[in-house]
Amino acid sequence: MIKTTTSLLGTLDPQSRDRLLTTAKEVSFGAGDRIFSEGQRADRFWIIRTGSIVLDLHVPGRRSATIETLGSGDLVGWSWLFPPYQWHLGAEAQSPVRALEFDATVIRALCEADPVLGRAVARRVAEIIGHRLVSARTRLLDLYGPYGSGPGS
Amino acid sequence: MTEVPVPYQVVRRSQETTDTTTLVVEPVARALPPFRPGQFAMIYAFGVGEIPVSVSGILDHRHRLAHTVRAVGAVSAAVCAAAEGQELGLRGPFGTGWELERAAGGDVLVVAGGIGLAPLRPLIRAALAGAGRYRRLNLLAGARTPDDLLYADELRCLADAAPAHVAVTVDRPGHGWLGSVGMVTQLLNRADFAPGETTAFVCGPEAMIRATARDLRHRGVPADRIRVSLERNMRCATGHCGHCQLGPLLLCRDGPVAGYDRVAPLLAVREL
Ligand SMILES: Cc1cc2nc3c(=O)[nH]c(=O)nc-3n(C[C@H](O)[C@H](O)[C@H](O)COP(=O)(O)OP(=O)(O)OC[C@H]3O[C@@H](n4cnc5c(N)ncnc54)[C@H](O)[C@@H]3O)c2cc1C
Repeated sequence: MIKTTTSLLGTLDPQSRDRLLTTAKEVSFGAGDRIFSEGQRADRFWIIRTGSIVLDLHVPGRRSATIETLGSGDLVGWSWLFPPYQWHLGAEAQSPVRALEFDATVIRALCEADPVLGRAVARRVAEIIGHRLVSARTRLLDLYGPYGSGPGS
Repeated sequence: MTEVPVPYQVVRRSQETTDTTTLVVEPVARALPPFRPGQFAMIYAFGVGEIPVSVSGILDHRHRLAHTVRAVGAVSAAVCAAAEGQELGLRGPFGTGWELERAAGGDVLVVAGGIGLAPLRPLIRAALAGAGRYRRLNLLAGARTPDDLLYADELRCLADAAPAHVAVTVDRPGHGWLGSVGMVTQLLNRADFAPGETTAFVCGPEAMIRATARDLRHRGVPADRIRVSLERNMRCATGHCGHCQLGPLLLCRDGPVAGYDRVAPLLAVREL
């Protein structure tokens, strides 16, 4: 069951959801499998059914930095929706993962052909990006750090 | 409730993280009236000063209390440094409690950030002790790094014994961390609760409380069922000095725990 408000399918109307789902295929990844790397072409995206995926950023001379973990119901990847269709983070399976895989070209074509569906998808993806931006900004505050919300006045 | 500190003795101390210590204290002679989860004591480090600290454990044995204190300044550092056998002065109990009974028959959702897990610990214990009165118990905790996580062993036992869904996330993972990375609100996606029948108990830095409460509202948890603890600084703890006033509320008396329906408009207030 996908029950989240931050998932792509969660709040799409049933018709739009079914149209996306008919194009999806079930895939699985083993723990440690690299799903995509920074700079590669963003030609697919996923919705996690089970397991978790880490998003990471390559830091020269050091181990990749883990930015965020995604889990059941979460959308993996949104760079497929906007030119230049290139991943700006990497993704790796943290545990065995089962996911629905969508072909970006197919979904973009569906969205072009059906503006109602296109708007619904773009809106959901924008909401998810907004949500992640808020989380990232809140984490920037280093809330649990010694000077939680920055130096006092 | 007392205005004069009552002597308590440190009987056990455990270092939780580099800057946070749990002290178990027991009355030297007279005990304070019983504490409820969510309430706090004013702890006086003799010769240094007095600070508000929530109870992180309420023990039956010898009226003992546990307090988990993070050293952030002079007084909290002095309290953290109290050795076994040393005396501290306690006043209390102060403030409103979590009021776990509000969740009876529904799901219990506990969301903690950083030191915010301390005041929630007695609530979690009470929920476990009262299993059967509540449906599902979800415990979501965020910390800065894996090393900053409080009560790590207890959380592990809780997760293993599986009476509760326990999920932990950190902002900065170290090498070898196989858990989740990100804000505590992301764990809500994976928790198992029916929003309309859930009572949430939230404690942590205020920005985290705001973000969590907004997210929960969005998911359909009623505002009056989101109980938050606002630990803005306070002095007298008896509702006299006005130091902790937030709009119409005096947090030492009307808080620290209050319903989000009451405090949401006040959380935008920058300074007291
Ligand atoms: C109801 C209540 C319950 C609390 N429970 C706990 C607890 O269980 N464990 C615990 O470690 N702490 C708790 N606190 C916070 C604790 O009281 C403060 O950390 C302490 O008063 C700091 O005093 P100090 O003299 O050590 O540091 P100060 O020199 O007074 O302050 C050091 C730094 O901490 C900041 N600070 C002080 N108080 C607060 C606060 N309340 N919120 C955010 N930042 C603050 C100051 O702005 C300053 O930057 C609680 C506070 C309240 C109001």
